[in-house]
Amino acid sequence: MMDLGPHAGFIVGAYAFTALVVGGLVAAALLDQRAQKRALAVFEARTGERRS
Amino acid sequence: MSWLAGLSAALLAVGLYLTWFVVPPDYQQGETVRIMYIHVPAAWLGVFFYGAMTLSAIGTLVWRHPLADVAQRAAAPIGAAFTLICLVTGSLWGKPMWGTYWVWDARLTSMLVLFLIYCGIIALWRTIEDPNRAARAIAILTLVGAVNLPIIKFSVNWWSTLHQPASIMRMGGSAIDPSMLYPLLEMIFAFTLLGVTLHLYAMRTEIFRRRVRVLTIREAERLDSGAASVAMVKPARSMPVGQGA
Repeated sequence: MMDLGPHAGFIVGAYAFTALVVGGLVAAALLDQRAQKRALAVFEARTGERRS
Repeated sequence: MSWLAGLSAALLAVGLYLTWFVVPPDYQQGETVRIMYIHVPAAWLGVFFYGAMTLSAIGTLVWRHPLADVAQRAAAPIGAAFTLICLVTGSLWGKPMWGTYWVWDARLTSMLVLFLIYCGIIALWRTIEDPNRAARAIAILTLVGAVNLPIIKFSVNWWSTLHQPASIMRMGGSAIDPSMLYPLLEMIFAFTLLGVTLHLYAMRTEIFRRRVRVLTIREAERLDSGAASVAMVKPARSMPVGQGA
């Protein structure tokens, strides 16, 4: 294991926070697009309209 | 889109490897300097996305291009997230180096103002339901907020701050040793590619969202006109016999 010195908590904390926020951004982007695609599919199935 | 995501992930993996296993500790800051490899790219992206939003705002106000508004709306949460990362990692870097998590220093305060502007823009979008009205209001707010960008950049030169002056892009070349500079540039490139990938993906989602909205309104209008025609027919049926002739 790498020795990060006396300030290891700050270093690991900074990387962990970044991973959390970036992971959240990616997850939110994926979930949001999935929800919109699903809503569009429902409309298309009901009206027979195709996505342009 | 998936190849762009894959390339971003690969560049991030290389950057993290360099950051954790290749880059030497700083002679003054020791291992704490490793925070720089996420703090600086996040700060860059916070400013980069606001710059992109400013250009989109001009596109919305001058050319009224719908895609400019879509680009602006998709960029705001991403820019806000990276600005937040910059503030938090800077704070975690500041405590062991400066002895404090926060000072009302010009650079730190102007970055906090940038984050608050992002939050205001996102909140305004949620307040105004009609996207066309929201687009104009937010474009104006974005242009007003763009005044903060040169303040962020030059704050370390204009005022005496605790934050260090520019060390990558400055007259006379970078002040960072190449053994640290190249991994930092790699991380900046990887973060930028990740941000652009997320932005393009969010733009596509925003286009889907607007199409769903149009279809919902169309459906509501169709149902409304259907209900109105039923209401027109009903009184004629319930008319008493003999009254019509």
